[in-house]
Amino acid sequence: MNLENLQHKLLAAARSAPADGRVPFAFEKRIMARLASGAHVDQLGAWGVALWRAAISCVAIMVLSGAWSLWSNYDQGSNEFSQEFETAVFASAGSVDDVQ
Amino acid sequence: MTDSSHMERSDAELIAAVLKGDMASFEPLVAKYSPRLFATARRYARREDEVEDVVQEIWSKAYHKLSSFRGDAPFEHWLMRMAVRTCYDFLREHQRNRENTFTELTTEEDDWIERFIASPEGASEHAKAAKQLVQRLLDMLPPPARLIIQLLEIEDRSVKEISAMTGWSVPLVKVRAFRARAEMKKCLARIARDKYL
Repeated sequence: MNLENLQHKLLAAARSAPADGRVPFAFEKRIMARLASGAHVDQLGAWGVALWRAAISCVAIMVLSGAWSLWSNYDQGSNEFSQEFETAVFASAGSVDDVQ
Repeated sequence: MTDSSHMERSDAELIAAVLKGDMASFEPLVAKYSPRLFATARRYARREDEVEDVVQEIWSKAYHKLSSFRGDAPFEHWLMRMAVRTCYDFLREHQRNRENTFTELTTEEDDWIERFIASPEGASEHAKAAKQLVQRLLDMLPPPARLIIQLLEIEDRSVKEISAMTGWSVPLVKVRAFRARAEMKKCLARIARDKYL
């Protein structure tokens, strides 16, 4: 049996089958009634909305935290920053002197 | 407004009305496109109650996601994309026993195969038995393979169209098409093995 030929024949049979677009009686009315009753629960959609809201909240918190952190550092004045910077830079110099 | 004036409105006008809260404007869309949706669903579901469930699900999704329709392509294209994805979900949820082999063929189907073996030209593809056999073959395929064979080989859609309808990338469609054809050949080889060994 030539399977390739058989496959072509069967696919040709499927292509030649006419589309059956019969619509059951009063189908439109049933759809409208179902939509009006709000029966549909789009779970995936609901999850999507919830996750988006959570993501936006997290970004807002992140931005606020960052802004607060920057403002706090700036508000403490540059003096503290320059002292800390000096300490850090000369920390290694101090240890070299000890060795010598 | 009368029903006839609803029917005269374009899809865009009906959609705009629905989005403004006029739910009744959705009904003409349901009436217009349901035949196409039923024809599509009947390619994937066997029982009429399942077919109706699938089409109801498509309309329900279409209604609730109508605000995402951007209008840059015809509404029918957007709706058909939703239909294909819903049918695919249906196939995945209702995977039947795909080990059903060709040993339980009807007499007509058996005769058709015998005629094909004797003379391929003598076995008409228009015969009812041929259509039944191809349905059995499609039922044996895993959902991705079945969807690809239906869209690519039977409906003769392009890879790009299938990619747009399914949401699969073009390379993925090509890979799945290759695997689907191989899977079909395997299923057909099983016929030969089951019937003649």
